[in-house]
Amino acid sequence: MLKIENLKAEVDGVEILKGINLSVNSGEVHAIMGPNGSGKSTLSSVIAGDETYEVSSGSILFDDDDLLDLDPDQRAHKGVFLSFQYPVEIPGISVSNFIKAAITEKRKVLGLDPMPAKDLLWKMREKMDLLNMKPGYLSRNMNEGFSGGEKKRNEIFQMAMLEPKLAILDETDSGLDIDALKVVANGVNKLKNSNNATIVITHYQRLLDYIVPDYVHVLHNGRIIKSGGKELAHQLEEKGYDWITKLADEKWGS
Amino acid sequence: MKQEELSEDELLEKVTSTEYKYGFTTDIESDTIAKGLSEDVVRLISKKKEEPAWMLEYRLKAYNTWLEMEEPDWANVNYPKPNYQDIIYYSAPKQKKKLDSLDDLDPELKKTFDKLGISLNEQKRLSGVAVDIVMDSVSVATSFKSKLADLGIIFCSISEAIKEHPELVQKYLGTVVPARDNFFSALNAAVFSDGSFCYIPKGSKCPMELSTYFRINEAGTGQFERTLLIADEGSYVSYLEGCTAPQRDENQLHAAVVELIAMDNAEIKYSTVQNWYPGNKDGKGGVFNFVTKRGICHEKAKISWTQVETGSAVTWKYPSCILKGDNSIGEFFSVAVTNNLQQADTGTKMIHLGKNSKSTIIAKGICAGKSNGSYRGLVQISKGAKNSRNFSQCDSLLMGDSCGSHTFPYIEVKNSSSQVEHEATTSKIGEDQIFYCNQRGIGTEEAIALIVNGYCKDVLNQLPMEFAVEAQKLLEISLEGSVG
Repeated sequence: MLKIENLKAEVDGVEILKGINLSVNSGEVHAIMGPNGSGKSTLSSVIAGDETYEVSSGSILFDDDDLLDLDPDQRAHKGVFLSFQYPVEIPGISVSNFIKAAITEKRKVLGLDPMPAKDLLWKMREKMDLLNMKPGYLSRNMNEGFSGGEKKRNEIFQMAMLEPKLAILDETDSGLDIDALKVVANGVNKLKNSNNATIVITHYQRLLDYIVPDYVHVLHNGRIIKSGGKELAHQLEEKGYDWITKLADEKWGS
Repeated sequence: MKQEELSEDELLEKVTSTEYKYGFTTDIESDTIAKGLSEDVVRLISKKKEEPAWMLEYRLKAYNTWLEMEEPDWANVNYPKPNYQDIIYYSAPKQKKKLDSLDDLDPELKKTFDKLGISLNEQKRLSGVAVDIVMDSVSVATSFKSKLADLGIIFCSISEAIKEHPELVQKYLGTVVPARDNFFSALNAAVFSDGSFCYIPKGSKCPMELSTYFRINEAGTGQFERTLLIADEGSYVSYLEGCTAPQRDENQLHAAVVELIAMDNAEIKYSTVQNWYPGNKDGKGGVFNFVTKRGICHEKAKISWTQVETGSAVTWKYPSCILKGDNSIGEFFSVAVTNNLQQADTGTKMIHLGKNSKSTIIAKGICAGKSNGSYRGLVQISKGAKNSRNFSQCDSLLMGDSCGSHTFPYIEVKNSSSQVEHEATTSKIGEDQIFYCNQRGIGTEEAIALIVNGYCKDVLNQLPMEFAVEAQKLLEISLEGSVG
């Protein structure tokens, strides 16, 4: 589904991604871990098409398209979803209106009429239950006055509504207490099927107890320096990152 | 951001390719007098309108006042001063006879209304809005008149009111905005050719929205309409006005006067969606919109001004409230959009005279292109206006780096028991907000529309439903392509 080859990206002339290679197939969950500043968020932003970062080489194949040829909204229409680490506020726009706009735009591209209001509302209610959202949530303005946890849940709620093929969860666990974490993880797990894939970006192993990955990759200094199964996450939890990063630094320089 | 700068030219291209939708002209025969202004012209207008002597006297007095006045230049706008001798002061679509019903309307005229999206019959049936239409200088059609008359409500053109209800017109005309008030109000008083008149009798609640639609058609004409609205004790009315003009290379002058009178316990809601031709991207053409709007609130009365300003090359407009009565309330909700080379200096005045009077000001400016938007507001609380309160919020939203936004709040409080609050913010639409929307599949244009709508929500919510939808669309059109 997703095939990233030799991806290099920079911001203000500083290279952050130094040649990423990654393959993700349908039905898989991949975890990307790594210390602060390793390039995890940059990778997710570049896949989503954030123009703050300039891609200097490489490709991001998604099904039959190179995502690098597409605008961010076109990538979204193809089924790429990013759960933001820091979701922004959009004052004056309610959650329901925002989601309605997003779904309408996607359907427009597919040549479909807007979803009937009744169906849309029904679907929203269903997904709200899935994520234990409080009543009144839909009429609140997008992320305005939301707590850290509410913002993250709002991201997953949108994911549930938009049903992406590829969901990238960027530090979705940060700011969540353990109960909220379970709710969010449970939601993500229920949305999983054999046709979609998830990339979980996280600093800590904690989230991976609930969203169990098929593969774990360690990102350091703009490169994936080690890949393995879910046991790799446990090793990292026990031993920290130093034992692998040292080896990598010897190879590429720090 | 790099990519943004690169595409700026393309964006400009895009902005200008969005054509002003209402820029057509209607080919109907009209009765037009020669250019220029003199005492004779004032007499001629009055004569053509078959006015009584008192009206002519009023006009002549105003004309003489105007002669002694100078065009103001304190507003934060720059424009070539109009040559007042180069304007046609009277132009009326020629109609063979007086109309009995809208069905007798000139077919060409009817087509115009259809193009403007105001099929009178549709409106009649669907929304229950009574419409008065002023084309160039003359009111051409008023709907629902008889139904309103049953309730004692008078809704007609001001020319008709001068003839049919002289006692009301004579009593109230010029009491809120005297001719000598300013240069443009004096000019208006001398040459106004039509406008709307409305009287709501004691204790009645007008059952439908009243609406006036203004249209400049003839080339080289100025439009000087006059609106007088009287809500008698304990009555309620919601009034809407909309305006468009053809696309012309020369500037057209629009200098209207609106007077509102809210007697004890009355409430007037006055909403405007202003979409005069703004000129092209190089600032050529467009309407100069110099308008004086003011209302007076007697005891426990309330006046609420809501405006969405997207058109005009230059706007100079301060809908105001004189809170004369105790416990009276004044409100001002405004969205002013400027794009390309448009300039707007707009705001309000809240003059507190009565005790416990309250006012609220919510002004939202949106500037794009190379435009310039200013908020200018006065909150004046007199010595006798004990325990009065004002809350003002003035926000500006900037798009791009070439526009300017300014705020000129004037606050004068002459007693110690009153409270005034003023909040102001300036923001830019964030790249991060746009990217967030993009990531959800919402394209940049739609994202901007969404963000702008959210920003204006407090004001748009004040508009009646059908108008709010129209206003939203207008905002989208006015800002199309203004951010990458």
